[in-house]
Amino acid sequence: MKELTFETLLAVFEEIFGRGLFWAMVVIAAIVTVAYLYVLVRDRHMSARKFLLAQLFMPLGAVAAVIFVLRMTNSALSDIGGPVDWIVLLGVAAAGAVGLAILVYTAQSLLRPAVKSGAD
Amino acid sequence: MEQFLRGETSRRGFFGLAAGGAAALAVAGPGAARAEPVRTSARIVILGAGAAGTAMANRLAERLEGAAITIVDGRQQHWYQPGFTLVAAGLKPASYTLSDTGDWLSDGVEWIGEHAAAIDPEAQIVTTASGSRLEYDYLIVATGLSLDWDAVEGFSLDQVGQNGIGALYAGPEQAAATWRAMDAFTDKGGVALFGRPPTEMKCAGAPLKYTFLTDDYLRRKGRRDASQIIYAAHNKALFSVPVVDEKAKLIFDERGFDVRWSHVLTGIDAAAKTAHYRVPESRALAADGTVTVTPEREVQIGFDFTNVIPPQRAPQVVRDSGLSWADRWVDQGWIEVDPGTLRHRRYANVFGVGDINGVPKGKTAASVKWQVPVVEDHLVAELDGREGSAIYNGYTSCPMITKIGRAMLVEFDYENRLTPSFPGVIAPLEELWISWLMKEIALKPTYNAMLRGKV
Repeated sequence: MKELTFETLLAVFEEIFGRGLFWAMVVIAAIVTVAYLYVLVRDRHMSARKFLLAQLFMPLGAVAAVIFVLRMTNSALSDIGGPVDWIVLLGVAAAGAVGLAILVYTAQSLLRPAVKSGAD
Repeated sequence: MEQFLRGETSRRGFFGLAAGGAAALAVAGPGAARAEPVRTSARIVILGAGAAGTAMANRLAERLEGAAITIVDGRQQHWYQPGFTLVAAGLKPASYTLSDTGDWLSDGVEWIGEHAAAIDPEAQIVTTASGSRLEYDYLIVATGLSLDWDAVEGFSLDQVGQNGIGALYAGPEQAAATWRAMDAFTDKGGVALFGRPPTEMKCAGAPLKYTFLTDDYLRRKGRRDASQIIYAAHNKALFSVPVVDEKAKLIFDERGFDVRWSHVLTGIDAAAKTAHYRVPESRALAADGTVTVTPEREVQIGFDFTNVIPPQRAPQVVRDSGLSWADRWVDQGWIEVDPGTLRHRRYANVFGVGDINGVPKGKTAASVKWQVPVVEDHLVAELDGREGSAIYNGYTSCPMITKIGRAMLVEFDYENRLTPSFPGVIAPLEELWISWLMKEIALKPTYNAMLRGKV
């Protein structure tokens, strides 16, 4: 590839998931991010208990992300061939883990907001 | 909480990746500020609206103001040809490779939906199929090449998809028909026969890729042990770049492919499921100094599945124009351009882009991406009263699929040097998942961006 522009990058992601699914995902991700920022600002602190539960979901997020990407690209784990492949795969897993953790934290905060001072 | 676990994780994850990439690019910043358009009244005719012609037309439309840019092509459909292998491997539908020619051309380009019937570089006139005469100041030849199916005796395109005959180069429908034949063959097993023509050809890696893919399907379906894979090479090599050739030979050996050297396909007997080859005369020098001459012979190989790739030549209209090399590739007719500037060596107002160029490498879409800016540089500079400086180094890229899920990203230049785009990150001769990702998902958007003139 001669150069990678932001536009090309967007086109690559549209190609992977299909235009509709990709932009739906972007919208969902944007909503979750806004909601996450909202609960942080609203609660004015990070709840350790909610954060712990969110962290427990991280392995699930990692595995789900890897399975999703392999399925979307007609690939299997046995196709991983070299260090760069592992780096990309770990990147996908890490992104999935962090993504789900944020989602779980936000969901808890929205569904079970802190009711009194001092509670989580 | 379970409603949140149905995939949103990875979606978020991917958004994270995309955002990360965007941030990195934002830091890197855009390139130099866009150059001012050059004012000109030049009449520029581009022959062919394939990958090369379309990208060229859109680049020129952006760089020039006042120019009359005309593109001549009778084909209404645009074919994303790098996708044919994926279609023929059952991974994409035929529609994946199809779009409309007109959708890609920017407003500043006039499209004449007819084929060129004659080119007169002396009078600087192109005549179209309906007899219209187009006078030009500059001509860009981007016709692509012709697949000479008639050169394969006994073969016709209506055979594709039956009797184990495939021909994925022929077009989207034939690529899909080739998949049906390959799918049926790999269900049962038998003899799979592959090869390539003796002429220059577009994407010389594709015959190897398809051999690997068929092998992969046979293994997945548990039919490999009951099958034989024969590759009939047209000379003594699998690939023209020596280091890639060695690697391909190693993998062929590992996979147990049976290679027949110096076999030139001459015909197909569809009913008898037999391919006919000519093996040229060969000479061998023994240790005691005696020379053994094996005369030319005809060879037949039976098959249960084959992928026919015919000889490839310049279209007749180009071969009749006087633009071809007189002393090189005389049976093929590629045009006589300077390998560095891609300007015609006898007609200074004629350039070539893409498959039609008579240069030793570069019949791929990746080469087009590197060739277009070179021609653009020389043409725009000339119209601006300057001299162009860009040089094409023969860059060609081939994501060589070795199985579904793995490929080798092979990039090289005129000198057969490997020219990796991501040195130290993506090893060129290693079978990697990331190289597969590039072929399967990143290539088409890159190609589409190129068509729009973002090379």
